[in-house]
Amino acid sequence: MPGPGESSLKASIAIRTENLCRHYSMGEALIRAVDGISLQITSGEFVALLGTSGSGKSSLLNLIAGLDRPTSGTVVVQESDLAGLSREELAKYRLHTVGMVFQSFNLIPSMTLLENVELPLRFAEVDRGKREGLAKQALDRVGLSARLRHRPTELSGGEQQRASLARALINQPRFLLADEPTGNLDSQTGTEIMNFIREFNESLGMTIIMVTHERTLAERYASRMIFLADGKLIGDQSNAVFAAQTGGGRP
Amino acid sequence: MKTYDVAELAVRNLRESILRNSLTTVGISVGVASLVAMLSLGIGLQQLAGRRLQKSGLFDTVVVTSRRDLHGFNRDQEENGPAPAESPVLNEPARQTIAQLPNVLEAYPDIRFISELRYEDKPYLTMMAGLPFSARDNDAFDGMQGNFFSSETASEVILQKSFAAQLLGRTPRNGSDDLSVAELAKPLLGKQLTMRYAERTATPATDTATNALSVTPDGSGNSAAYSVVSREATLKIVGVCDLDPDSMRGQARARVFLPLQLAQNLHVMQPSDLRDTANLANGAPAYATVEVHVKSPTQVQPVEDAIKKMGFNTFSIVDATRSLRQFFAVLDLFLGIFGSLALAVASIGIINTLVMAILERRREIGIMKAIGASDGDVKGLFFAEAGVMGVFGGFVGVALGWAIGRVINLGTNVYLKRQHFPPEQIWFVPWWLVLGAIAFAIVVSLLSGLYPASRAARLDPVQALRYE
Repeated sequence: MPGPGESSLKASIAIRTENLCRHYSMGEALIRAVDGISLQITSGEFVALLGTSGSGKSSLLNLIAGLDRPTSGTVVVQESDLAGLSREELAKYRLHTVGMVFQSFNLIPSMTLLENVELPLRFAEVDRGKREGLAKQALDRVGLSARLRHRPTELSGGEQQRASLARALINQPRFLLADEPTGNLDSQTGTEIMNFIREFNESLGMTIIMVTHERTLAERYASRMIFLADGKLIGDQSNAVFAAQTGGGRP
Repeated sequence: MKTYDVAELAVRNLRESILRNSLTTVGISVGVASLVAMLSLGIGLQQLAGRRLQKSGLFDTVVVTSRRDLHGFNRDQEENGPAPAESPVLNEPARQTIAQLPNVLEAYPDIRFISELRYEDKPYLTMMAGLPFSARDNDAFDGMQGNFFSSETASEVILQKSFAAQLLGRTPRNGSDDLSVAELAKPLLGKQLTMRYAERTATPATDTATNALSVTPDGSGNSAAYSVVSREATLKIVGVCDLDPDSMRGQARARVFLPLQLAQNLHVMQPSDLRDTANLANGAPAYATVEVHVKSPTQVQPVEDAIKKMGFNTFSIVDATRSLRQFFAVLDLFLGIFGSLALAVASIGIINTLVMAILERRREIGIMKAIGASDGDVKGLFFAEAGVMGVFGGFVGVALGWAIGRVINLGTNVYLKRQHFPPEQIWFVPWWLVLGAIAFAIVVSLLSGLYPASRAARLDPVQALRYE
């Protein structure tokens, strides 16, 4: 029988990986993009995955996002092993449980911002009447209510990333997975985007996993930093700077 | 994704590459158009043949003869049924009974005889036949110069072109058909002919007319008594026809026609009269042949069976209609296959367009999958794009095929007019063809979209997102 402490700890674990591996064959070489990573992320955490290029940060994020399947090991999200889910179930998981933000924004260029943000609602089969209102609300939240009918190419990088955030939030996911969200932005716009992400973490209680290679950014916003190198976990620490900023811990 | 969302996204995606998708749709349209044009011509020709045959009266006619003629139309008829001597006589009461049968429009005796006609004091020996008034709708009179008989008893005749040529002393060179009906009719219409014929009268045998042949009863009370008197009648030429309204008759074909009622009233001696002289109880004339017109070709068989039950021999060429339908079914099939070839080429165009679209939209597919689109959503989207092209291609193709058929019809009629033939409708687009062609275009497009759609659905989102 687990003790009460154990039980509450287990309940708060949102994501758990055990000996997670993702290997690729490239010709005769075997690329170990993720190589035996075991970690636990509790609900509401703001985790930064740090490492140099090719360290396996994005591969790990893709595995957690359900975009990729592990070669071995497990990814358990909210007690559900992603490796055991069908393609259809994984699509539903991506639709309802996680929201994704990419370095290159990944908005569909032929659609307006409103249509881009509405798209996940279409996949979720939300009624046409409700969709527009929800999408407008999401765009309003990121300050883009004046840009509804614009196409992504007509917007700045910061605006595109804000629209991307609105799209990621539209289905009210539990997790926001951000892959270098400020990588294509200048520092001021990057700060703007990070402030939005922090706001979602704090006000909505969303669990954030952010891939970045900028330690300063991670120290400024994340509550925990996980360091990767050559697909392996080489460090996992609470963010002292962040703790100091927030007065010793998370609210 | 809901169906209308899929359709809406499909249309929006197609609009994004409007030139390429329009060209693909045009390809489908051309395919559908060729299919529609081919089949509409096949159907039109079938209907034309059907109309001509219907008008010719060949397929709704049953020819009835008496078994007393000792020759049936086939062995089966000779071997079955009553013995010839015991079989009924094909006379007026029998004709009336046949005329009362269900689905029978009319039953009339075939009256034909060899007669001497005098025109401008020159004698011409020819076969003459009575034509029922209903024959005015016969297609043999389509190119006729002059008019049909003014009444059922009018003393009028219609000449077949070859006899008209003979009267005028003109003969076609080497059998070529280069004599114009209009040219032949011009000097003949309204002119008089004198017909000399043998009249069968009920005159008692004691009549001693010098030019009369008398047949006297044998005293048993079972035989006929009549006289044959040579008569003359004056007939007015009212028409000259190009084709042969009597084409079923082979060697006994008539070249001069008079109203059937008039021919009956003239009591012209028939060859069968002599044959039946020894057998007729009351001396009433018997017919060699009675022609029965049936409401539609499908009613021929039951009418034929009913007449056979009465003890007569029958003949119809209803089997020929079956062969004709079979021929046109094969023709339509081949025309359809040729038409479909263009659609098959168009389907390759659809596959090409959609595969290109997958390559171009690889990243877009990756994005959609990353934000929650299922394989089914992606597959449905590409499938719908193929379907939308099929719908547009189908509608435009049907309109194009209709227009092509119309142009062909127009061109054919211009040609027919130059050849002095009446206009014809050789092209027909029935509703089932319109709906069928559109449905076929959609089905072909969807089938063409199957491979690209499943290929798009199978795309690995991680790979797709890396694609630039």
